[in-house]
Amino acid sequence: MTIKKLDGKIPEGRVQDKWENHKFKLKLVNPSNKRKYRVIVVGTGLAGASAAASLSELGYNVDVFCIQDSPRRAHSIAAQGGINAAKNYPNDGDSVWRLFYDTVKGGDYRAREANVYRLSQVSNNIIDQCAAQGVPFAREYGGYLSNRSFGGAQVSRTFYARGQTGQQLLLGAYSSLMKEIAKGKIKLYTRTEMVDLVMVDGRARGIISRNLVTGEFQKHVADAVILATGGYGNVFYLSTNAMASNCSAAWRAYRKGAYFANPCYTQIHPTCIPVHGEHQSKLTLMSESLRNDGRVWVPKKQGDKRPPGQIPMEERDYYLERIYPSFGNLVPRDVASRNAKLQADQNKGVGPSGLAVYLDFQDAIKRDGEDVIKAKYGNLFDMYQRITDHNPYQVPMMIYPAVHYTMGGLWVDYNLMSSIEGLFVLGEANFSDHGANRLGASALMQGLADGYFVIPYTLGGYFGEHRPDSVKIDHPEFEKCLKTSSEKYKRFQSIGGKRPVDDFHRELGKIMWENVGMGRNEKGLKQALSQIPELKKEFYKDIRIPGSPAEVNVELEKAGRIADFLELGELMALDALERKESCGGHFREEHQTPENEAMRDDENFAHVAAWEFQGEDKTPIRNVEELTFENIKLTQRSYK
Amino acid sequence: MSEQKLMTLNLKIWRQKNSATKGEFVDYRIEGVSQDMSFLEMLDVLNDNLVKEGKEPVVFDHDCREGICGMCSLMINGLPHGPEKETTTCQLHMRKFHDNDTIVIEPWRAKPFPVIKDLMVDRNAFDRIIEAGGFTSVTVGNAQDANAILVSKDNAELAMDAAQCVGCGACVASCKNASAMLFVGAKVSQFALLPQGQIEAQTRVLNMVKKMDELGFGNCSNEGECEASCPKGISISNIARMNREYVKAAFCHKSL
Repeated sequence: MTIKKLDGKIPEGRVQDKWENHKFKLKLVNPSNKRKYRVIVVGTGLAGASAAASLSELGYNVDVFCIQDSPRRAHSIAAQGGINAAKNYPNDGDSVWRLFYDTVKGGDYRAREANVYRLSQVSNNIIDQCAAQGVPFAREYGGYLSNRSFGGAQVSRTFYARGQTGQQLLLGAYSSLMKEIAKGKIKLYTRTEMVDLVMVDGRARGIISRNLVTGEFQKHVADAVILATGGYGNVFYLSTNAMASNCSAAWRAYRKGAYFANPCYTQIHPTCIPVHGEHQSKLTLMSESLRNDGRVWVPKKQGDKRPPGQIPMEERDYYLERIYPSFGNLVPRDVASRNAKLQADQNKGVGPSGLAVYLDFQDAIKRDGEDVIKAKYGNLFDMYQRITDHNPYQVPMMIYPAVHYTMGGLWVDYNLMSSIEGLFVLGEANFSDHGANRLGASALMQGLADGYFVIPYTLGGYFGEHRPDSVKIDHPEFEKCLKTSSEKYKRFQSIGGKRPVDDFHRELGKIMWENVGMGRNEKGLKQALSQIPELKKEFYKDIRIPGSPAEVNVELEKAGRIADFLELGELMALDALERKESCGGHFREEHQTPENEAMRDDENFAHVAAWEFQGEDKTPIRNVEELTFENIKLTQRSYK
Repeated sequence: MSEQKLMTLNLKIWRQKNSATKGEFVDYRIEGVSQDMSFLEMLDVLNDNLVKEGKEPVVFDHDCREGICGMCSLMINGLPHGPEKETTTCQLHMRKFHDNDTIVIEPWRAKPFPVIKDLMVDRNAFDRIIEAGGFTSVTVGNAQDANAILVSKDNAELAMDAAQCVGCGACVASCKNASAMLFVGAKVSQFALLPQGQIEAQTRVLNMVKKMDELGFGNCSNEGECEASCPKGISISNIARMNREYVKAAFCHKSL
């Protein structure tokens, strides 16, 4: 058992030149040869749809898979606030360098400089591409694009389409995908789930899928496999992810040898609607753009149960403005979330559960008028009212942090290739660009950067070195994987216990939220590490899945996903335990400054932890990729 | 978050094994429903109970549960997405119902949307319509600076109004003709209102309408049910705009 030092394959040269130089050095595949290659893309969110469309435009054959009934429904659609780019249209001092700097700093210095710089460089091309597709971005009266500001930045660099930016960008990528499907270059598989990765001679050569309508398992062969399957926030059961969002494709690749990097980096989003009761199935996020005009506060007095309107100004604590005068309500997400938890821990939380803080628009409404606020946030206010039955124009919103995004994911090198040759990972599913904390409006940027502007180049480089060969669908490895997969699902049904699978998911979620959530400590993490394997044993003894495996069987689908979450949850706790520092979304209570800020340990932990699977119930190996910072000086992050 | 009063409800739910078999209504009684639950959370509780009894849970489509993915559907007491205006089923809350209510839950019913199982239908036809022309033919790498294309604020807003469509199919389900004209009109309008869409405007509208007809969607007879049931409040003026675009293209398209 040896720990490997991983090589991110970062190109030589100045950070500004790396991508240009690298693009030139990458091998090319000539147009007539491109049609001899086949690529599998799993997932049709921003990263998957944009990758599939771009690769098809280049001439490759593409097979695309999504679990929903249409690629347009991937969870990228739920992103509200916007997408960052370094256009500097508002003339307020933005630049590629500043976006790069903000993103590395926002990530608490745990991201690769070279990747983040490339992301900032291509950010502008994304806006151009999306505008050309007909994405209806917000405009100024002169017809020019409009920008707004977002957490973690002091410039206005966020482009938006009302509160539905993710939806509009995804529909743009989806339209490009459908354009290519019409040309017959892309084959689309809907309501189909990837259940295993197939490797031949150490290279990723295909997948096994399960048709969610017929239950049929199918083999698919290709020259490369791209996973764009999103994050794993649903390990917490309650999160802002869609109900079907899952970690299974990534997890099964991990079990085949792809390293899982920084699984403990979880983003807890500060502006979500608080939990209402036991039967809650998911949490709803409201865009953090609300923090542009809303002011966060709690009563100064502990346990103050008066309605907000009866608490006079001098008895309110606008704690973000007080503690962070220069960023105020616009501090990054991890800082805002942690401070909300601190208030609740001090018994200053509001609402029936005490697990909420106010987000108050009264001052903004007084200043700008209700119409202006309505134009900016109308749909969010309506959504809030629908869910809570409270009118945020009249009473302050109540918000509380919820699991939202996972910065960790499969380890990839600069080419977005995982530790398995020929397996590429894009978007939230990889670990690469956000370090330990993602800034708002950067997820959309990364998903589209990976799909439109990175993978078309780096996949070509890979194909340039691997000629199409004779591996066919009848290769024994495919048959073997198909058999293992079908047996795995048969096993779930044969258990015949008493409890619905969701029971286990809920219980796992509780363990994760309490011990691997916003505040983590050694005792809690160790507790999670003993509780999760117990729960897993119980799962394999007591789940009950009625119905037939050969038709729509939602319980069976969920069983497969929850089985993987149970294993991932354990790895997250282990990673969190081993990372004995606080950084971004990973807050170890033992490592904080006297002012309760995250305290990094750059000497020992300025690295990526990439876990390598060693077999069932064996402790995985923690490989390491050292992070070097040549352009940005590591400092204690300060938003004061 | 309001005072809790738990409800008991009678549900009449459409159960159908698959597209080849005949379906029927089955009655269920569910207790302990809180006002703050969403409609789908209420169905989750029902399914939890069914699984514990070893029975097959009710299959329904859903995903984001925040009203944006368009995956959820359901005819609730004869209304697509239920009684609340501009609200998807996943955002409908049980406080809109009363203790002892009987709620009838059916799938979308339209020929181009065959039932897959219980309340789940196949809306693949919408993808086929988009494939026929719901895009601009720009390939990656071609785009000029975004601010080189100016769009008046009014048009950008109207385009956004149309582009909000979530593709849920409520418009089709509510229409006695199973017309998809609101869905198609919204997409045609989005591009017709933007300079980016002009080059292919005529081909787009002709191809999308042709595909819509081929797939078996009916025609519009101006009842306005689609607009009334649209969870995103898409206006039927988009159908009028599509008709104008169609007439323009039918007379002027180069292929004619």
